Amino acid sequence: MSFEAAYSGIGRLDRLSYRDTVVHRLDPRAKVVATLLFVVVVVSFPKYEVLSLFPFFLFPVLMAALGDIPAGFIAKKVVVVSPFAVFVGIFNPLFDPSTVAIAPGVSVSAGWVSFASILVKFALTISAALLLIATTSFPGICRGLRRLGLPALFVSQLLFLYRYLFVLMEEAMRVVRARDMRSFGKRGAGVRVFVRIVGTLFLRTVERAERIYGAMLARGFRGDVPSMRREALRPSDAFFVLAAGCFFALCRFVPVPQMIGRLVRELAG
Amino acid sequence: MHMADALLSPAVGVTFWAGTIGTIGYASKKLKEHLDDRKIPLMGVLGAFIFASQMINFSIPGTGSSGHLGGGMILAVLLGPHAAFLVMASVLTVQALFFADGGLLALGCNIWNLGIYPCFVAYPLIYKPLAGDGRSAQRILVASLASGIVGLQMGAFSVVLQTLLSGKTALPFGTFLLMMQPIHLAIGIVEGFVTAGVIHYVRAARPEILDSSASTAPLAAGISLRNVLIGFVALAIVTGGALSWFASAHPDGLEGSIAKVTGKRELPEQEHGIPAALKSVQEKTAFLPGYGFKPPANEPKAKKEAPSWPAVDAGTSLSGLIGGVLVLAVAFGIGWLIRAFRGKNTA
Repeated sequence: MSFEAAYSGIGRLDRLSYRDTVVHRLDPRAKVVATLLFVVVVVSFPKYEVLSLFPFFLFPVLMAALGDIPAGFIAKKVVVVSPFAVFVGIFNPLFDPSTVAIAPGVSVSAGWVSFASILVKFALTISAALLLIATTSFPGICRGLRRLGLPALFVSQLLFLYRYLFVLMEEAMRVVRARDMRSFGKRGAGVRVFVRIVGTLFLRTVERAERIYGAMLARGFRGDVPSMRREALRPSDAFFVLAAGCFFALCRFVPVPQMIGRLVRELAG
Repeated sequence: MHMADALLSPAVGVTFWAGTIGTIGYASKKLKEHLDDRKIPLMGVLGAFIFASQMINFSIPGTGSSGHLGGGMILAVLLGPHAAFLVMASVLTVQALFFADGGLLALGCNIWNLGIYPCFVAYPLIYKPLAGDGRSAQRILVASLASGIVGLQMGAFSVVLQTLLSGKTALPFGTFLLMMQPIHLAIGIVEGFVTAGVIHYVRAARPEILDSSASTAPLAAGISLRNVLIGFVALAIVTGGALSWFASAHPDGLEGSIAKVTGKRELPEQEHGIPAALKSVQEKTAFLPGYGFKPPANEPKAKKEAPSWPAVDAGTSLSGLIGGVLVLAVAFGIGWLIRAFRGKNTA
């Protein structure tokens, strides 16, 4: 991933998170809890399960559709980060050659089934995580995490990181651009130049932090980043978590695709 | 080498989350005890620095590949272990959210692998003794190399363990280990050189930054590590016991051997109440050999029930296929309808 592409990807996710839709208006805590629940339930399926995972696509699809998030953008990001899961999963067909019948007359090796299961789980969990950040502003998530009991120091750490992320990335991008324009072929792209770039960037960062600290002291900083917002959970948030939880439980313990399939076959004759 | 959600079982993911959350709480508490307000913005901005510098690539001499900074070691040297761990945890959290590196359940494992080993193991036990007072460039180089290599080797080994404990992959332990460790040895060497280079650069330009971090980081880390490990083992036992019923219905590999030792194999009985279709799918999967070294203890059971499943299976799996395709179509169709409806409304 090139620097510019990564930077614009983050920027786009960030802008999407400030839209105003039904999904965006839900309390961050409700969305964090529902997404975590979703991930745990999806991952809890046995390694050869593929079909029973399909109903779970409804959750990310609904989040994206109701939250007005472009599906292609999320799908592209899911594909970009897939290499590790594919790399580990692709060995399943090699090491697990026993065959299973997936339809009358059609059988494949069990390894392909478990590989498919890994890929489906991957698509589900990663798209859910991306949709969480695409429908919830990062400061909102931080407030939610604080309310859910994470240490204040860690949460203010996250807030600072987010606030200066764009500043420092732009600074690094300028330095990288300057290096790339002066380095032809392999010259200048090596470790020696890299170490000096990172060292300079580090010193600038420390100096920036000192200036920030001075500015914060001048505004009454006493080691905490308080929030003026006082938000209570609304009935709609509780309903969202409850409905999501019931749906996940239903799809986890009832084989919905198999039942629908049997129904269709009975109706057909 | 980010761990991925799809390769994890809930028991492993939740256990490592518990360990990671415990360590975040512990590091926050420890840092608050002798907190220098000055450090709060410094840590935050350094997190952004690590994030930005990870995106700068450099070419590794002699190979066609490129490397980038890992960050854990360099932060530990510049900030001390507790602050460095919190910064690493926040960097990985933001990466998990914005880049979807690994996912949310795997985030616990990733903070554990990339934060705890460099900050609480490699830094206090290897870097500090080797680097001494940090005046000699050679000692810094040796210390950075050794701690970089050890930290990454432990992280890579941990990825292998987490993957195999989860039992979603059929990769044998030895093969997986042979694929992961050498790659991370090379990455560790590069990381060691880069870490030493940056420390050297900073020491030449502004030596007081390193001196202040060395004096505010007392060597109590050895004790803290033991506390953390004891807490983690206790958590692992509790969550492992409580969540084992929720884990994979087919414990295999290491999980399987643990189950055999503790005699906990009543998973199929526990889920008696659910419809027969699910049960048959579970039975089908339960007899597929996960690994070649499955002990003969399970074999009689497998033989007894083996003839019964193919007959059940053909019908069920056809229903499953039809239903699965329908469910997918409905799920995406709902999304499409909402979007189409929206488009008409706004147009």
